[in-house]
Amino acid sequence: MELAIFYISAIVAAGGALMMILQRNPVASVLYLILSLVALAVLFVQLSALFVGSLLIIVYAGAILVLFLFVIMLLNLRGEKFTSEKPILDKGTKITLVVLFFMELVILIKQMAFPQRMDSLMTQASPDFGGVEPVATLLYTKYLYPFELTSILLLVAIVGAVIMAKRDKNEEEGER
Amino acid sequence: MTALIVIIFIKVLVVILAVLTGCAYSTWLERKLMARFQHRIGPNVAGPYGLLQPIADAIKLAFKEDIVPNNAERLTYALAPIVSFVPALLTYAVVPFGPTVSIMGHQVDMVISDMNVGVLFIFAVTSLGVYGIVLAGWSSGSKYSLLGGIRSSAQMISYEVAYGLSIMGVIVLAGTLSLKELVDQQANFFDWFIFRQPVGFALYVICAIAETNRAPFDLPEAESELVAGYHTEYSSLRFAMFFIGEYANMIAVSAVAATLFLGGWHGPLLPPIVWFLIKIFFFMSFYIWLRATLPRLRYDQLMNLGWKVLFPLALLNVMATAFIVRMLD
Repeated sequence: MELAIFYISAIVAAGGALMMILQRNPVASVLYLILSLVALAVLFVQLSALFVGSLLIIVYAGAILVLFLFVIMLLNLRGEKFTSEKPILDKGTKITLVVLFFMELVILIKQMAFPQRMDSLMTQASPDFGGVEPVATLLYTKYLYPFELTSILLLVAIVGAVIMAKRDKNEEEGER
Repeated sequence: MTALIVIIFIKVLVVILAVLTGCAYSTWLERKLMARFQHRIGPNVAGPYGLLQPIADAIKLAFKEDIVPNNAERLTYALAPIVSFVPALLTYAVVPFGPTVSIMGHQVDMVISDMNVGVLFIFAVTSLGVYGIVLAGWSSGSKYSLLGGIRSSAQMISYEVAYGLSIMGVIVLAGTLSLKELVDQQANFFDWFIFRQPVGFALYVICAIAETNRAPFDLPEAESELVAGYHTEYSSLRFAMFFIGEYANMIAVSAVAATLFLGGWHGPLLPPIVWFLIKIFFFMSFYIWLRATLPRLRYDQLMNLGWKVLFPLALLNVMATAFIVRMLD
């Protein structure tokens, strides 16, 4: 039963990610990404990391991707049109890059030590794995500085966005 | 093991049936109360006091023609009502509606699933609800639908922040994310979180109204400017699904409010489930009262209220609560 759920969600997650990059319609891409994320959340829940799974849904599916959809809808993008412009890279370079990247992936995966079975991974994890308290403790002790730096980065981005929005307004008023 | 699965299955079935019946009779309650507020009688032909009206409405909707506009993106158009309907139902999976009872030698919790992150589960599910509306607005291929969908996504993203923060005060006080434990902590009347978190409660109620797109925050479907907003093009059963989804959402936020702030199923004399329903009924009536009383906000007023009043207030509430809890430790 658990194995079946694992395989179904794993296939949906990988398939969703694949469909996301294969779609020409941007809205469909976003929808597939959401599907992939939800399947990923199911995998986290299966590892009894309910907290991480919930956060994944709240932050990505619930907030960030809604904004993506919002922007796509505002710009009313309906499928990419083929243009006669010259592509940036020619075919040979593309294929070489893809092969190189694929080889890199294979090497990376080979170097990583994956557990042989799903259930061994589940027994290895402590009962508290991915719970609220362990995550919070890590955030406020071991990863305190990266955590705070990230928040400053976000603050800078917000200030930047506000300044850009304000400048546009001032220029418009100046034109009048 | 089999008994366990059977019990869960029965619980899910009972809850879904109860919610659907609740949705149907919420429409009746709304029409009846609105009529009284406006000095009318309301539905009174179908059955005594018009009690059969929801059934008549359902039959009528089911027999209407299902129209798909030529401009619509067919798949997304069909998907949108389902996406708006399912998250509304999922919320009920973690809301406890009674104490643990023993039936035929089995200890049965009166909750479908007591997750240790129940509150976050509710957030996650509510935050998915916006997709139904956004997709409906986008896929209908109509300018009214599109505007309604865009408005709604902006509104729901804005209010979700304050909505989440308004509950955070309760969580800081209780030190748990499990709804069952939250209810257990409110066994005495004066332990209800509404007394310890009055600001949080007020913020929650306001944000919940905005989250469910109800008056006075019903801009996504402002009929005077957008016809019917995101569901302009929908008809028949697909429209019915939006309709049920909206009412299921209303009942869900009412149930969560009752659980988090009003002691859940706790109450004297009457059986727990009755107390729980009374509390939900109280919130639903409050919703309808607001709709009959308040005029709709303008869009800029809505955004100002959300970002400049509710959000700072919610943040301040969390910080003050955390500070006091730390001081008392």
